[in-house]
Amino acid sequence: MPRGAGSAAAARDAPRLELPSRVHSVLDLIGHTPLVDLTGFDPGLSPRVRLYAKLEGFNPGGSVKDRPALWMVRHGLATGALQPGKTIIDSTSGNTGIALALIGAALGYPVLLVLPDNVSRERKRIISAFGAKMVFSSGLEGSDGAILLCRRIIGEDPERYFKPDQYFNEMNPRAHYESTGPEIWEATHGTVTHLVASIGTGGTIMGTGRYLKERNPKIQVIAAEPDDPWHGLEGLKHMASSIVPGVYHEEELDGKIPVPTDAAYELVYRLGPDWGLVVGQSSGAALYAALRVARTIDEGVIVMIFCDFGDRYLSTNLWIGWSEWQQRQRGA
Amino acid sequence: MSVHVRIPTPLRRFTGGAEEVAAAGGTVGHIVNDLERQFPGIKERLCDDDGKVRRFVNLYVNGDDIRFLNNLDTDVKDGDEVSIVPAIAGG
Repeated sequence: MPRGAGSAAAARDAPRLELPSRVHSVLDLIGHTPLVDLTGFDPGLSPRVRLYAKLEGFNPGGSVKDRPALWMVRHGLATGALQPGKTIIDSTSGNTGIALALIGAALGYPVLLVLPDNVSRERKRIISAFGAKMVFSSGLEGSDGAILLCRRIIGEDPERYFKPDQYFNEMNPRAHYESTGPEIWEATHGTVTHLVASIGTGGTIMGTGRYLKERNPKIQVIAAEPDDPWHGLEGLKHMASSIVPGVYHEEELDGKIPVPTDAAYELVYRLGPDWGLVVGQSSGAALYAALRVARTIDEGVIVMIFCDFGDRYLSTNLWIGWSEWQQRQRGA
Repeated sequence: MSVHVRIPTPLRRFTGGAEEVAAAGGTVGHIVNDLERQFPGIKERLCDDDGKVRRFVNLYVNGDDIRFLNNLDTDVKDGDEVSIVPAIAGG
């Protein structure tokens, strides 16, 4: 029996900016993530530049994707697109799948996810632990292959499924407009001058950026993007070579910074031992871009989105490179 | 000695769009060199300046990651399948 319709989380529409100490549902724990001060990361920066990372790994599903997933599912319940008897289905590179699996479990709806078969082992296991089912597309086709396979599965029995469709669902950026943006504004007391986020669907940067620009049109919204279609930044999209998500509107950005995979990895490796933060590669990409911005300004408050922690990448190339990096450090 | 090499979407611009190509050689390293001979520019995408496989590139022989075999010295035999697998992109 679905538990969604009457729960506090499903009915809630106004975001809260502070995490309550006791909640009705795990869904009430989504959002309200902290900023951590990384200003000292580059000692060469102007002393009037502050650098903060918003740690989205603190969401209960472990990533920023809890937000759009919750908004999309709640909207589905509100409009009747998601009803008892339906299965939540979507294509995902991992974090959205974990978020949907968690939310489906909390609300009592089955979840079916279409993933490229080379997503990290940890992600597959986390999704399984939430009780969701998975179908795998060819890793050679990347996330676009998963998108196409998902469409085919739905086409065989359209009435059976509710597809949040993070790439085209306006609730994806809306989640960030209503939660991530206000949280950053409050946490910086309105002093934020730059938002830097990596792009997967583009939902985070679109929604957060829109909110912040409404509060202060001078705020610069900068995207971190893989520098090449052939990259190792799991979860990020090189837009020019991909199916461009419907929620992504590049003209709203103030700039895009291309990020080399190796440079993003190196920053991830430094964040662990130097700052006590083990994060995923997309956070390294955001930090790379934020440092590029920081070096060009004399004064400002830069907020980066760190999408998740690194513990779900321990079986991936990110981690393999980490041990090589440590050996190099010891040899240096 | 010929093996089948499966090419991921982002690298198909080197192979004229082909998803699978044939390459000759007794080791994965030889296969990579033969790919470069046929499709100039592709090796630089797979290997760094020192000739090592790039950190974020996955090469599989019949489904096994060459990192856990002999890297570029991994032997291949007639009819084997070598897959070049990218990172996961997008959401």
